[in-house]
Amino acid sequence: MNLDFSIIKPYFNIFLLGAFVTVKITALAVLMGIVIGLFVGMGKLSRFWFIRMLCSTYVEVIRGTPLLVQIFIFYFGLPQILGVNIPEYPAAVMALGINSGGYVAEIIRGGILAVEKGQMEAARSLGMSHSQAMRYIILPQAFKKMIPPLGNEFVTLLKNSSLATTIGFSELTRAGQIVAANTYKPFEPYITVAAFYLVMTIGFSRLLGILERRLAVSD
Amino acid sequence: MIEVRNLYKNFGRLEVLKGINNKVEKGEVVVIIGPSGSGKSTFLRCLNLLEEPTRGEVYIEGKNLMDPRTDVNKLRQDVGMVFQHFNLFPHKNVIENITLAPIKVRGESPQQARERAMQLLNRVGLADKADSFPSQLSGGQKQRVAIARALAMNPKIMLFDEPTSALDPEMIKEVLDVMKDLAREGMTMVVVTHEMGFAREVGDRVIFMDEGRILEEGTPEDIYNRPQNPRTKDFLSKIL
Ligand SMILES: Nc1ncnc2c1ncn2[C@@H]1O[C@H](COP(=O)(O)OP(=O)(O)OP(=O)(O)O)[C@@H](O)[C@H]1O
Ligand SMILES: [Mg+2]
Repeated sequence: MNLDFSIIKPYFNIFLLGAFVTVKITALAVLMGIVIGLFVGMGKLSRFWFIRMLCSTYVEVIRGTPLLVQIFIFYFGLPQILGVNIPEYPAAVMALGINSGGYVAEIIRGGILAVEKGQMEAARSLGMSHSQAMRYIILPQAFKKMIPPLGNEFVTLLKNSSLATTIGFSELTRAGQIVAANTYKPFEPYITVAAFYLVMTIGFSRLLGILERRLAVSD
Repeated sequence: MIEVRNLYKNFGRLEVLKGINNKVEKGEVVVIIGPSGSGKSTFLRCLNLLEEPTRGEVYIEGKNLMDPRTDVNKLRQDVGMVFQHFNLFPHKNVIENITLAPIKVRGESPQQARERAMQLLNRVGLADKADSFPSQLSGGQKQRVAIARALAMNPKIMLFDEPTSALDPEMIKEVLDVMKDLAREGMTMVVVTHEMGFAREVGDRVIFMDEGRILEEGTPEDIYNRPQNPRTKDFLSKIL
């Protein structure tokens, strides 16, 4: 065994930059996922069967197919149909965001359903419209219930974003590839990459734990 | 004020209301009693369209609820409702619970709504709880806030669905007292409750429901002392 982690040192900034990019695309993708998920999740609870069916199909397709395939469809497949290339960065964010939307939709639907039925009834009995009741009464309570699963979704997506490496997008995993190629030593760079992911996921989970405890206090 | 004609309500194949006819006059206090599952809550909830009647007609101040042109949200402002389990908004404090609908639905200014809310809190004896959250209140206090919340919309009719049956015995009185005051001030009220004291003191009429029908109605005196229908007799013998 000839492990030598000092070879990492000159490349440390590349890892750091990669980690930053990873967090950035994950955050953007989760944001996009929340926007999509809000509509799709509420759509699954719609009065109209057509909207329900459309939203259910979205969720089924997203959750029933591999993320890697979705990324390939986006990056390699879409240009063939649209006639224009999509750069790696937007392709990665959109593929991850659309994927996340399917999972967030279920989180949002679950959160809304977890709010007691009497809340909607009380709001409506005061003369609020359905959308006012949703906005002021149901969603604020639902969001509180959604924070833990949304946090998990963020962690999952943070790890899954490494798949963007396959379309040549320079994030954290890609940084490991580059360093491995330059030093001819794959072990140390990939261990470093893993350590970066671990620090981020553990750090985020801790933050989430603190947030949850704060929210629990206000209950 | 309220007129119900031939009201039917089905849940799927279950027929819960089987042709209800009734009229409630302005200022009248009507108490509904009856065994569990007889359709009391469903009847009450048809009066503000929390349940949609299957057929029949409901008129509130001459407006037909079943008419698709009727603005349901507008109508509900005139019909306040108090629930068995209070249904306060747990993420809002007491004053916000009361002012939310006046501000968002009626467009009152926050200050105006707040002043009115404080008046109402005074009236239900909870002015010192304005900034508390529902989770910090006792059951009786929660229900009094819920009553204040409903009153903040200046309803013409108040519906109560077993407002005291989720309360510990020592808290029942404080809620009933608020309701009695309301009744004496001339509010039109329809109250599902088995509190006989309340019915005798301020009730104008008692309705006995069983299996989706009104089997008997009359003054509290008549119903409690001289029930005619054997089912009414049987029911009263069980709860008294
Ligand atoms: N949303 C619903 N879906 C299906 N069935 C319902 C629904 N709401 C009520 N029911 C049924 O309708 C019947 C009447 O219910 P309702 O709640 O009106 O009775 P109630 O007289 O208020 O009884 P309780 O004294 O127990 O409150 C019951 O058999 C109940 O199971
Ligand atoms: Mg009931």
